[in-house]
Amino acid sequence: METLITGILLGGTYALIALGLTLQYGVARIMNLATGETLVAACFIAFWLFASYQVSPLWGLFLIAPAAFVINWAIYTWLLRPLVDRAKTAGMLEVDSILATFGLLFLFQGLMLRSFGGAYTSYTFLAERFEIFGGYYGLNRVVAFVAACLIAGALYLFLYRTRYGTAVRAVAVNPNSANLVGIDVASAAALAFALGGALTACGGTLLSTYYTFNASMGVVFTMKALIIVIMGGVGDVRGAVLAALILGIAETAVARLVDPGLTLAATYALFTLVLLFRPQGIFGRQQT
Amino acid sequence: MFRRHMMTLAVSVATLAAATGFAAAQDTLKIGASAPKTGPLAGGAAVTHWPNIKLWIQEVNNRGGLKVGGKNMKLELVEYDDKTSGEEAVKNIQRLATVDKVDFIVTPYSTGLNVATAPLIARYGYPHITTSAATDNVPEFAKRWPNSFWLLGTSKQLAEGVADALVKLRDSGAIGKRVALVNVADAFGLELFNAGKPALQKAGFDIVYEASYPLGTQDVAPIISAAKAANPDAFVAFSYPPDTFALTEQAQIQKFDVGAFYVGVGTAFPGYAGRFKDNANGVMGVGGINADSKALQEYRKKHKEVTGADPDSWASAVTYAGLQVLEQAIERAGTTDKAAVIAEIKKKPFNTVVGEISLADNINHKVWSVGQWQNGSFNGVAASKGVDGAKAPVKKEAWK
Repeated sequence: METLITGILLGGTYALIALGLTLQYGVARIMNLATGETLVAACFIAFWLFASYQVSPLWGLFLIAPAAFVINWAIYTWLLRPLVDRAKTAGMLEVDSILATFGLLFLFQGLMLRSFGGAYTSYTFLAERFEIFGGYYGLNRVVAFVAACLIAGALYLFLYRTRYGTAVRAVAVNPNSANLVGIDVASAAALAFALGGALTACGGTLLSTYYTFNASMGVVFTMKALIIVIMGGVGDVRGAVLAALILGIAETAVARLVDPGLTLAATYALFTLVLLFRPQGIFGRQQT
Repeated sequence: MFRRHMMTLAVSVATLAAATGFAAAQDTLKIGASAPKTGPLAGGAAVTHWPNIKLWIQEVNNRGGLKVGGKNMKLELVEYDDKTSGEEAVKNIQRLATVDKVDFIVTPYSTGLNVATAPLIARYGYPHITTSAATDNVPEFAKRWPNSFWLLGTSKQLAEGVADALVKLRDSGAIGKRVALVNVADAFGLELFNAGKPALQKAGFDIVYEASYPLGTQDVAPIISAAKAANPDAFVAFSYPPDTFALTEQAQIQKFDVGAFYVGVGTAFPGYAGRFKDNANGVMGVGGINADSKALQEYRKKHKEVTGADPDSWASAVTYAGLQVLEQAIERAGTTDKAAVIAEIKKKPFNTVVGEISLADNINHKVWSVGQWQNGSFNGVAASKGVDGAKAPVKKEAWK
């Protein structure tokens, strides 16, 4: 039971890390290698707000998420739109975006190093015991998990219950056909990218309440997000959340029952299995 | 005519530039530094390594520079980021030696990067005073590279210190003999584990739980819950900063109470006490300082003034001491000749912020191995012979 709950809480963390990339890669078709840096930047801003102005990270979300939305919108419009316009195929856009965001990664990292230094940073927020069925868990993790559920739920409602959400999903499935039925693909992609950035920033803000981070840690998160997004099926929010939970539970179970040294092996074994048997991802569509 | 004027002008400019350049070269001493500013070890280097270089350069320049053979020479720093990569570090050293032509090189940061660059630093003949490398190969390295000096001790010393501290606690009746032992799976964690496990067993402890976890793991809840299930009297983790913090927080959350709680690198960081406050009290970790030493208190004050941050309570002071050794050796040698400075380092002991350091056989034998947070300072509780000021370890009270 304890293992299951710990695993689900960890899965929540992974879902936070991966949701933003799901939208950016799945809908806007931008393989954002700077997603980890966006996450860490949010960690730093949350820390700064908390340490300097005593703004709780939960309130901080309401400042950080809109700011990230605007910044990511600008990045898409100024930096990535030209790449989208000139790309003749999806493959070309993917390569171009990988290169462009690879550059962004270093820019963000440099800015963070300059502003916050390279030291490990962490702060104490809700580091209290929370009892579930007789086991003890960090209250900050539970709160982050609940927030992740709410955010994922809101995102799900937006994507599956609104007209605009349907348009966004249509772009994820096939941008060319979406264009034919009168969907403004360009603005849907920009929205998806900006929303993805905001989600990633939310993830960072919540993560900072219980993680120790530093300016050069982004790439770890990018890797994790990438695995989850591909496992879940590119562009599918439900798939990403499910993949995140599976990974979290599997890692915790392996760490608790087998050996903590094998968690990475478990992650990659699962990833390989999914690629072997459902190359399109858990919820992904078969390519025709 | 015009052409000739131009020629004259160009030649004069060139001569002037060369002359002023020459004069400048005479009065400044170029110091090269290569260490992580990015990559996995950037966090540790930002606390322990870079601030001390800044402090040292500023201190020396403020008092007019180094006295080299009757001349005052100011220090000029050339610094590079090695991105925590051995290859990059090697390239940086090469560049410092051949392009920047620096007079001296400050040690790189961490065991791995020091070992990676040691052959090259030896080839260019620079003194190599390492202050953040702890490995069991120290005696062998000292022989292989006679220009290298090792100030932080061996992993065996660090691991055996843990056994010493636990024996003291057991003999005083604070703990029993059940120990849970975990380590991060990289060079540092494995070396300490390989030295620590036999040392603990020899001292009569039972290892009731052991596990290793990959570098970068921050979800340590399963490790703590498994360790707790084994019902140990002492918990020992040879960990790195992010996991050191995570293990402590999880132990606190899961009410994992043991009489001795030891975590690895990062315990001595000022941020550790800052984050865990009263709960840090009684936690043991790698390193330690003699908190009562006047020289050290003075150093800590200056470190805070100049760099704006507190030093850690282990390798920070040793890093500064290594720079003091270099500084005093250059002044004693009275020349910037590298071979003469290396010979000088071996000759006489040096007076540093961590006390007297003697490097006759290239190894500093007086090192702290275990420290413990006691009322806001990270006092050394175990050390090699000849180190003054060790305090008695105390039992860890239950987490609040």
